[in-house]
Amino acid sequence: MSFLIDSSIMITSQICFFGFGWLFFMRQLFKDYEVRQYVVQVIFSVTFAFSCTMFELIIFEILGVLSSSSRYFHWKMNLCVILLILVFMIPFYIGYFFVSNIRLLHKQRLPFSCLLWLTFMYFFWKLGDPFPILSPKHGILSIEQLISRVGVIGVTLMALLSGFGAVNCPYTYMSYFLRNVTDTDILALERRLLQTMDMIISKKKRMAVARRTMFQKGEVHNKPSGFWGMIKSVTTSAPGSENLTLIQQEVDALEELSRQLFLETVDLYATKERIEYSKTFKGKYFNFLGYFFSIYCVWKIFMATINIVFDRVGKTDPVTRGIEITVNYLGIQFDVKFWSQHISFILVGIIIVTSIRGLLITLTKFFYAISSSKSSNVIVLLLAQIMGMYFVSSVLLIRMSMPLEYRTIITEVLGELQFNFYHRWFDVIFLVSALSSILFLYLAHKQAPEKHMAP
Amino acid sequence: MASLDRVKVLVLGDSGVGKSSLVHLLCQNQVLGNPSWTVGCSVDVRVHDYKEGTPEEKTYYIELWDVGGSVGSASSVKSTRTVFYNSVNGIILVHDLTNKKSSQNLYRWSLEVLNRDSVPTGVLVMNGDYDQEKFADNQIPLLVIGTKLDQIHETKRHEVLTRTAFLAEDFNAEEINLDCTNPRYLAAGSSNAVKLSRFFDKVIEMRYFLRDGNQIPGLPDRKRFWGGTFKNLHYD
Repeated sequence: MSFLIDSSIMITSQICFFGFGWLFFMRQLFKDYEVRQYVVQVIFSVTFAFSCTMFELIIFEILGVLSSSSRYFHWKMNLCVILLILVFMIPFYIGYFFVSNIRLLHKQRLPFSCLLWLTFMYFFWKLGDPFPILSPKHGILSIEQLISRVGVIGVTLMALLSGFGAVNCPYTYMSYFLRNVTDTDILALERRLLQTMDMIISKKKRMAVARRTMFQKGEVHNKPSGFWGMIKSVTTSAPGSENLTLIQQEVDALEELSRQLFLETVDLYATKERIEYSKTFKGKYFNFLGYFFSIYCVWKIFMATINIVFDRVGKTDPVTRGIEITVNYLGIQFDVKFWSQHISFILVGIIIVTSIRGLLITLTKFFYAISSSKSSNVIVLLLAQIMGMYFVSSVLLIRMSMPLEYRTIITEVLGELQFNFYHRWFDVIFLVSALSSILFLYLAHKQAPEKHMAP
Repeated sequence: MASLDRVKVLVLGDSGVGKSSLVHLLCQNQVLGNPSWTVGCSVDVRVHDYKEGTPEEKTYYIELWDVGGSVGSASSVKSTRTVFYNSVNGIILVHDLTNKKSSQNLYRWSLEVLNRDSVPTGVLVMNGDYDQEKFADNQIPLLVIGTKLDQIHETKRHEVLTRTAFLAEDFNAEEINLDCTNPRYLAAGSSNAVKLSRFFDKVIEMRYFLRDGNQIPGLPDRKRFWGGTFKNLHYD
């Protein structure tokens, strides 16, 4: 009986998450496009719903809601469904929509998408070889095999995003890094941009007039047909078309210049807005936060280096360690069990909410930047895949932030994975990503002011 | 020949509707083989015979400014785009017949251009709602072009064309529906070519032949309110 009640609670919450994913898709992601293939929307919402359910189960684990057998059952079921979607459905549909975009292969969509899916499975399988993630006693088609590989990809993604975010966050918040931009700078650049456009226009006018005269005179400047035509074109070439190619090259160079100037002007406007924003109250608050985050970022990089160099993996989670410190060093006595449950609930809850929110915002920005009306379906499915893998690996890694008694369920459900490996891998990729972001931002920052100084 | 008079026409629309292909077709009578994203603005020139076939025939340059981007761009991109909107003599609004949102966004596009004198942070007073009065006062000729006609199935064609007819009526403009990868839609003598020619003629008339007493849009020092006539300081 209690199992039925538990299941109905779970199903209701899953439907809520599904609805939220649906709304997010319609209102945010696909704001400017028309949804013609509802399959895509359904897949996205289902992935979102099942990922959120996993987090919900973690919370339930900490709080002790629902009976443990039904929790275990739902964990297993959830995991199976998510793996099914991530490994079988989404890659197949990505291949299918990708192939539908190519006009040539339109007729044989299905066989080609199956082919693409098989290629994906092959590389996915090969992914497990270089990593020491499995013991050989596991069967070939078990959950552990799939989860371990999904985990590797997901952890890499998480670490990359984390590393970049940790460095980028203080860089954008702090006004110390803002370049000084005045209105005259912007006006000067705009003038250059318009001058370039005028030069392009005058060259195109010459080309248009030349083409018109050639057309009226009946000169053929297309590829000459026939044998004699080819021989003739080798020895003589119409002077008109030679001129055209020359002017066309100049126009191409000018157009490239105009694009650069446009992007620089956009950059200047954005910087000017940020300067104005930093003078407001909110701006000052974020500036202060930026200093705080930069210290946190340096600390994290330091810890990651220590972890790798000294080859240690934290055994205790931050909650228990914090409580130990307060009890032992500060002498404050309180009920350890009670407080550890609540504090870990809050901590884990914050981690979950911020990572979901952060991921959705990043995905939306990414989607706006690169999608077009042709490729929107493929890109959304790719994003759904990334989201699913990200959330699965969050579950893997969040295990470390929870006290021992709550870790057992994750260890049980996910099987005997080498959790330590994943943490080590996360540290390595985090370090690499953070250091390369620092390098990248440094170069970008250095290069920008010199461009504007040029006359 | 470089001393022909010129007019400036903007080509606006959402990302991916086919503005670059359209401009290439109009100016070079050829299909664009490898369309890619337009960053910033790309210009092309078409040589047009005003009042072709009559004794008053004169040749003009028509500059087609194809501005890239979307209506929902960051305000820094919008502020940069406004630099291209100076001295506009005509606007071609392009939408994708297979994508309803691109047709709806045309209202916001036209407002972005017509409101360029107001606050450049992109805060529209009317929340993008369509306001008939603004368009009635507007002196810049508009043309609505729907692309990707070949991708509309025969059965749905009637419904789509009715919708676009309403759209063109809202803008008080002519409409043309075509496929940018097929030059026969704009073949000489077809009704589309006639409409296009008429539009360009109207743009040239507005710019060069209706100066006295009428407002000329696009001058940098025009006053900040709509409607009515005002003294125009024109210079070439």
